[in-house]
Amino acid sequence: MELKTPLYDAHVRAGGKMVPFAGYLLPVQYASGVIREHMAVRRAAGLFDVSHMGEVICEGERALENLQLLLTNDFSGMADGQARYSPMCNDRGGTVDDLIVYRERENRYLIVVNAANREKDYRWMKDHALGDTVFTDVSDDYAQIALQGPKAIDILAKIAGEESIPKKYYHGVFGAEAAGIPCMISRTGYTGEPGVEIYLAAEKAEEMWETLLEKGKEEGLIPCGLGARDTLRMEAAMPLYGHEMDEDITPLETGLAFAVKMGKEDFIGKKALEEKGEPRLMRVGMKATGRGIIRESQEVYRDGRLIGRTTSGTHCPYLGYPAAMALIETGAAKTGDKVEADVRGRRVEAEIVPLPFYSRKK
Amino acid sequence: MELRDELKYTASHEWVKEEGDQVVIGLTDYAQSELGDLVFVNLPQEGDEVTKGEAFADVESVKAVSDVYSPVTGVVSEINEELMDAPEMINESPYDAWLVKVSQVTETEDLMSAEEYGESVEKENE
Repeated sequence: MELKTPLYDAHVRAGGKMVPFAGYLLPVQYASGVIREHMAVRRAAGLFDVSHMGEVICEGERALENLQLLLTNDFSGMADGQARYSPMCNDRGGTVDDLIVYRERENRYLIVVNAANREKDYRWMKDHALGDTVFTDVSDDYAQIALQGPKAIDILAKIAGEESIPKKYYHGVFGAEAAGIPCMISRTGYTGEPGVEIYLAAEKAEEMWETLLEKGKEEGLIPCGLGARDTLRMEAAMPLYGHEMDEDITPLETGLAFAVKMGKEDFIGKKALEEKGEPRLMRVGMKATGRGIIRESQEVYRDGRLIGRTTSGTHCPYLGYPAAMALIETGAAKTGDKVEADVRGRRVEAEIVPLPFYSRKK
Repeated sequence: MELRDELKYTASHEWVKEEGDQVVIGLTDYAQSELGDLVFVNLPQEGDEVTKGEAFADVESVKAVSDVYSPVTGVVSEINEELMDAPEMINESPYDAWLVKVSQVTETEDLMSAEEYGESVEKENE
């Protein structure tokens, strides 16, 4: 049976089309539809219920040392409130999950993981706990609301003081307050737009949600579902666990070398990554130039030779064309090359393009 | 959900209209609302044969691909080329945005009236 997030009733009232996702019932879209929701986030702002995401606290005198061992990125030198993205590898160099670590204060970190991997991650972390480090799964206590889009910060500023709004990307304010509700506000997101993610007690979620929708109405804020979340992350070429990465795909193959610090003394999977040497696969972007929508798990051919497989693909509402990401043999195609995807038995032509497909002009 | 009395309907959510010796086939309002924003339509070509109960076209929303089934056996005499560049017409106006016209019809499946179709959709959602 699927769980309901604290915002379930609010979604149903707002006309959300509820579908099961990672063990939860979540809105795939509201009455306005995926395309309008997508465009609202690119042009104004959108509000997402991401309460299904998992939250784990890592605490203890060896917390930092423990994170350094568990995760591929380097967490030394972080200021309080600072966030850092990282893959978490298995012994074979494959990816257990990708996650975000916040330093709340010395010896206490908040780790945000994918909903579908929550239990697996929590077990993996506990199995690799050093000394008296304690990992605590606090997911059920927390709701998470993402406010995303060029107007997001303006809207937030109507209900939160300056001291509660993080100034820089990948920074969070613990002990923040918005609409009189205690929360953690972080300048992060999964849309390719500026915006924040707000972590708060589950019982206050509905009040925060309704307040934000009300306050953001004149800026064009609308609630957005999983459909738009996926098309937005796709345009921004943000990888999604289970698509661009999994237990058999290394973060280097996914193209996450920036978050894999091979110079670090040790981390789980480092030895395997060293032994594998140059990544066998590489992640590329494909822009469909033929007629058809390329979806995930479709074969990719160059000059008739199978070179890889797509990992995600959809119509991109803002860009106005279908695009896909694929894992192909390293070096098998480069930017500008013509390839073909096998779309249910029909070959659809595509061009290799640089990632991301979309990024906001600074 | 909008229904048109002058049309006939299939259980797989196509509408059918007789127009002289041709039949016109489209997707119902219910179908387009369930599918969500349509972004691609793959139609057969003129002259292609279609078979009662078999898929003859597919439509894609942002999230998914769905087959469209033919309520008749016959030959495609015309396709709505406008949909190729503007699949959203199906969302905006499902009963005007026809997909194909079929002639030389030899077989037709049992079709429902607007009232019967409305009831069957309600039952599906119970």
